[in-house]
Amino acid sequence: MIGQSPLRTFIAHAVLILGILIVAFPIYYTFVASTHTLQTILRPPLPLLPGGQLWNNYSEALFGGIGRIGGVSVGRLLLNTTIMALGVAVGKIFISILSAYAIVFFRFPLRMTFFWLIFITLMLPVEVRILPTYKVMVDLGMIDTYAGLIVPLIASATATLLFRQFFMTIPGELVEAARVDGAGPWRFFFDILLPLSRTNIAALFVILFIYGWTQYLWPLLVTNSNDMNTIVIALRKMVSFADADTEWHLVMVTAMLAIVPPILVVVLMQRWFVRGLVESEK
Amino acid sequence: MAPQLAITLVFFYWPAGQALYQSMLRQDPFGLRTKFVWFANFRKVLADPAYLNSIKVTVVFSLATAIVAMGVALLLAVMAEKAMRGKGLYRTLLIWPYAVAPAIAGMLWLFLFNPSIGSLAYLLRSLGIAWDPLLNGTHAMILLVSAAAWKQISYNFLFFVAGLQAVPKTLIEAAAMDGAGETKRFWTIVFPLLAPTTFFLLVVNTVYALFDTFGIVHAVTGGGPGKTTETLVYKVYNDGFVNLILGDSAAQSVILMVIVIALTAIQFRYVERKVHYG
Repeated sequence: MIGQSPLRTFIAHAVLILGILIVAFPIYYTFVASTHTLQTILRPPLPLLPGGQLWNNYSEALFGGIGRIGGVSVGRLLLNTTIMALGVAVGKIFISILSAYAIVFFRFPLRMTFFWLIFITLMLPVEVRILPTYKVMVDLGMIDTYAGLIVPLIASATATLLFRQFFMTIPGELVEAARVDGAGPWRFFFDILLPLSRTNIAALFVILFIYGWTQYLWPLLVTNSNDMNTIVIALRKMVSFADADTEWHLVMVTAMLAIVPPILVVVLMQRWFVRGLVESEK
Repeated sequence: MAPQLAITLVFFYWPAGQALYQSMLRQDPFGLRTKFVWFANFRKVLADPAYLNSIKVTVVFSLATAIVAMGVALLLAVMAEKAMRGKGLYRTLLIWPYAVAPAIAGMLWLFLFNPSIGSLAYLLRSLGIAWDPLLNGTHAMILLVSAAAWKQISYNFLFFVAGLQAVPKTLIEAAAMDGAGETKRFWTIVFPLLAPTTFFLLVVNTVYALFDTFGIVHAVTGGGPGKTTETLVYKVYNDGFVNLILGDSAAQSVILMVIVIALTAIQFRYVERKVHYG
């Protein structure tokens, strides 16, 4: 490697630290704001250090305060969001691993037709087909249900393609060896395929969990009652910039609660996440 | 296995298929009568100045977001390559905005820059800038772009780091032997070799700016002030669910689909080309 002057290394570190400051500042600032009283927040500039209201604000938000806005507790919102994120992640992995399995390892009529049917959905994100999908949901009576929140987001081909690509790298010898040893399709799937795709599943899980957690447009449409809102939507409803009665300290607490779980997932599962992201999307 | 697959497929394909079918055929003016009007809706939409404006807004917004997010990410990735120590730590600290929902990102930025209570807005004002994203369209756009780009930096950063690691060290060393300075090495060797990554990210960022940023627009500006930040997806939503002009909204959906398919096609061509590069 080429030698580097200490000055350049210093500059590199300085730029990186600056970058981190920019990237982290809004989140840090939210945390700071969530520990101050409403009065302090309303009188800018806000101090850069956390205030003494941490406990008060968080307990107020968790056990009462927010309930006034729309009559739903933060716990309920977090529960909804968690169910939705987990549902999307697990559901999508489940159906796509099955269909990828079938498409790669079985020969049956119309196999390629099915593949293309799946493949086309890749091109149509939910945002593009909101109105028709919404109509289907109304017809099926799935408005304000968890199924309505989750299922339309599962209908997409990214994960199927990824598993297909991975399954195709599995050598034919392995499949034959399993068959010779008398393993049926199910056994092959559970004893060989699933363990092999563990890393892929973990990576996909992180990505899809984040995807489910951060959804905005779809939950906004498909939930009418406040009980079924996800935390992101509820947060949006709490904020009104036009008038002064937004309870900013509680909003900031809620924002923190909405941000922290996915961040934890990303940071704790970073290895799989980075792998999955960089490898899957190419 | 096969039957199970069929069930899965039908179940998973049906809404999408239904969606496509409906948005293509059903063009109802009021909901009581459904008339098949061929392409009248498309003609109407495409001639509508508000729609053309929204195309312009979307293009400006997407390009600005993609350029800002990719520029910053590339700079940080190059620096991270140089900084020998602490790379892992930097990466951990840089990736978490990925986990923040676009809508929340928008709200946080609006909180910082809100003219009445935002601290950074206060700072700008004390510098003598009349900052008001709620009234000034340009300011609103700047705010949206910052929030959208901020969220996307971590994603781009990861890809650029991966791309930089794939650049052969021997090439760089050879250039250094020939006396090429650091800046020159970057622009003549590293940057061209990064081109596939850059191009891929350009497509992904454009798609991101087109679709995933609905949350930001809805939460921060609601398309306003005026129509200065009304992007295409926001308009589909607004016409379909708020104004209930279903035919127009469906036609817009179809136009959007065409755009997405075009972008996907470009992306796949690129993937093919990349295979040739080996």
